[in-house]
Amino acid sequence: MHGHGIKITNARKQFGRAEILQRIDLDIQAGEFLTLLGPSGCGKSTLLRMIAGFDQLSSGSIQIGDREITRLPPKKRDVAMVFQSYALYPHMTVAKNIGMPLEMSRLSFRQRLPGSRLFSRQVREIHREIAQTVDKVAGQLDLKPLLDRKPAQLSGGQRQRVAVGRAIVRQPSVFLMDEPLSNLDAKLRIQLREEISDLHRRTGITFLYVTHDQTEAMAMSNRVAVMQSGRIVQCAKPQEIYNRPSELAVARFVGSVAINELPVTVASGDILLAQRSLKLRAAEAPNDACTLALRPESLEAVSHDEEADFTLPLLHVEFSGSEVTLRCDASALGTDRIRVQMRAERFERLRGEGAIEDQVALRILAQNALLFSRTGQLMPAQLATRGAGR
Amino acid sequence: MALRLLHHTRTAAVHAVLILGAGLMAYPFIWMWRASFQSAGEIFGAVANPPPIWDSIAENYGRALFETPLLRFMLNGLIMTGGILIAQVLTTVICAFALAKYDFRGRKILFALVLLSLAVPAQATALPIFIVLAKVGLLDTYLSMMVPYLTSGFAIFLFHQFIKSFPDEILLAARLDGMTEIEIVFRIVMPAMLPAIAAFAIFSITFHWNDLYWPMIAIRSADMAPPTLGLLFFRSQGGGGDSFGPLMACATLVTAPLILVSLVAQRKFVQGVTMTGVK
Repeated sequence: MHGHGIKITNARKQFGRAEILQRIDLDIQAGEFLTLLGPSGCGKSTLLRMIAGFDQLSSGSIQIGDREITRLPPKKRDVAMVFQSYALYPHMTVAKNIGMPLEMSRLSFRQRLPGSRLFSRQVREIHREIAQTVDKVAGQLDLKPLLDRKPAQLSGGQRQRVAVGRAIVRQPSVFLMDEPLSNLDAKLRIQLREEISDLHRRTGITFLYVTHDQTEAMAMSNRVAVMQSGRIVQCAKPQEIYNRPSELAVARFVGSVAINELPVTVASGDILLAQRSLKLRAAEAPNDACTLALRPESLEAVSHDEEADFTLPLLHVEFSGSEVTLRCDASALGTDRIRVQMRAERFERLRGEGAIEDQVALRILAQNALLFSRTGQLMPAQLATRGAGR
Repeated sequence: MALRLLHHTRTAAVHAVLILGAGLMAYPFIWMWRASFQSAGEIFGAVANPPPIWDSIAENYGRALFETPLLRFMLNGLIMTGGILIAQVLTTVICAFALAKYDFRGRKILFALVLLSLAVPAQATALPIFIVLAKVGLLDTYLSMMVPYLTSGFAIFLFHQFIKSFPDEILLAARLDGMTEIEIVFRIVMPAMLPAIAAFAIFSITFHWNDLYWPMIAIRSADMAPPTLGLLFFRSQGGGGDSFGPLMACATLVTAPLILVSLVAQRKFVQGVTMTGVK
């Protein structure tokens, strides 16, 4: 089994006046796991449906492998899809559901008519082969004991597994998934996430996965394409999306704890926050009002004797196992809240020293700090701690 | 305490009204059953020494079954209602699917026309249809009994509402799997809407089994008559009051299938009408 790449060139889609997709260019490698990530209504599902062939592009083209498929009907595209609502055939058994794509591709329309099994040995033979294949796929997905059940008798996770089975049974070259896990509870979601990753590794099919859940996207993908109101804002590896988001909107969307945004002014390389100069410099940045964005782990709580950038009142401490998140009141800095994340041991040590009480002193770690222009674009200027070069 | 009393009297009043209504509905049937169990004299007044009830029953039902073509009438009725039902389901499910799930120009107007057709009484279209059938030479055939009812605006409307709530993603999945549209209708949508079809079937069967108006126009020979028309032939042919017992026995036998079906399918029927959606 081997996947094909997908090449989308200059794709646009309009519904009446509204432009749902604006000039999408995307080159997905064969065998890659690429995730379309974005808030609802950003056009990610629409793009997926265009690739599946449920709807036609207004202009532009889509290629799978070397084949131009822009105008082909869904069944000729050699793609399989898993839907958010599972979309199983409600009155058919699991075995029937999984076998349906094979029945459709191996039997002619006349051979599919009811009763044809009675008259033709060939049809019976094909049905037997289909049953064997279904059995094999069911074995891979732990569905064997459920083959005779109807979808209504299955749990959400089992239903989704049946949907995956139905999709992989005919060995497509491209596998589309439209928020397949969002109807499941948190624990099951993580389990199925792993199963899907394993499936991708085992089959080598090209996966195109749509989600609004950034943790899912980060955990599973080779690359993530972040979409925002009908265009792809950034397409890169998960680490790069997280560490070097191209726009403030991407930075806001990615990361399980919200990114901290500080309104700053750049004046001849110095960064001024609430009229005070930080110990951070952006030598090449032009003089303008900017946003300094800091991941919760790019801020460090420091003890009394160390030099701090600012000291803020502590509002709340949140434990999540190995990590601790502090929430501080940042109204003095011209923003609402500042969140700081650190290892639990470090938190305990600092609290033992009396460094974290009603107030907490914070220092900015320069290497992960991000500076965005007034329009929300990432500024290429290097950030460095003052005097680090000396 | 007073509140409770009020509640009880209200319940009692409601039930009284319901019982009265039910009695009003049931009375003709009860009268019919009683008459079919009596000899000719008894029906119209007391007789000094009436024959034993089993004799009257044997006499009435025996004559109904063996001296009239009742079984032939019922077979005709079965062919007519069955044919109409099959044709209606085939035409309306496909039509309702197209109206509910396809987006095409004129869809709304077409749907409005379907709804409008519900407001046209059968009497208005009877004459033109009769003339056409006469010209084509199809009068007095099974087909002529079915022609005006081969499709049904009501069914299209009912099924349209049902199919509209059927999840689109399942249809997309089926298309991706390679099903043709007609297979989607018959293999995916239709099995899911069996309760709705059953509910409509009861409507349709009741209406056409009991229909007298159209068969009276389209049918002339007793051979082709459905039960209602057959009973009419039987009465005018038998004449006199003495055959009232057998006539009521006929009527009892003609209504029996419907009553049995309603009793058995009552719950399904309510389900089908109130249900929308797949689950």
